[in-house]
Amino acid sequence: MVKRLVVGAHYGLRDWLAQRITALIMALYSIVIGVVLITGVPVSYAVWKDFFAQGWVRIATLIFAASLAWHAWVGARDILMDYIKHDGLRLALEVVTVLLLATYLGWAIEILWR
Amino acid sequence: MSSAAAKKKRPKYLSLPAILYQIRLPLPGRVSILHRISGALLVMPFAAWLLYMLDASLASEAGFESIKGYLDLPLVKLGLLAFIWAYCHHLCAGIRYLTLDLNRGIELRPARASAAAVLVVSLALTAYFGWKLW
Repeated sequence: MVKRLVVGAHYGLRDWLAQRITALIMALYSIVIGVVLITGVPVSYAVWKDFFAQGWVRIATLIFAASLAWHAWVGARDILMDYIKHDGLRLALEVVTVLLLATYLGWAIEILWR
Repeated sequence: MSSAAAKKKRPKYLSLPAILYQIRLPLPGRVSILHRISGALLVMPFAAWLLYMLDASLASEAGFESIKGYLDLPLVKLGLLAFIWAYCHHLCAGIRYLTLDLNRGIELRPARASAAAVLVVSLALTAYFGWKLW
């Protein structure tokens, strides 16, 4: 047995779980949207616009975008923690990542509810 | 625990060049690092690129037509193919990790087989969507 002093709680369990739940949401969205688009390729602007004007597509895409932001944050943070040893640089890159992901989410909302 | 194992210096940190050139990763290791690389690429630049195209194509009729023409450029199609591979690989490898989390297929043999399946299926899906694209 490895003797280890354990203090505190949930060492990243919430992030780990969130990453998996958001992954499932995005996988489901990908399959549904993929099938819809493959079976009816949007050939004209009207069809394309009407597709994204549907309530369920807007909500599903919003949930996808929010899931992506959360999922990518956990993943990007894992990568940064593993490879960037310098604390200041890592913190700066984490801030850049958060800003980037927040921009994506805001941009997606802007596109969906224009 | 044996004393030999106890004497080893832990934790052991590996440099990126060591990972790339000195260590010969088994197949699941390769799938894992490709999962990271594809994930990073999907965040930047692919997400931004796709949002840009979605934005322009939904903004106006002229925007839709310009994106249609843009997607006919060979270099753009190549970029889209790279995106499709990254997406398919990340999705397939992700499904594999979810099953591993449920303690399914964690023995050496099935784990290697599923890693090979991830590589093959994601490349096959890329080929299929690439064929659809062209």
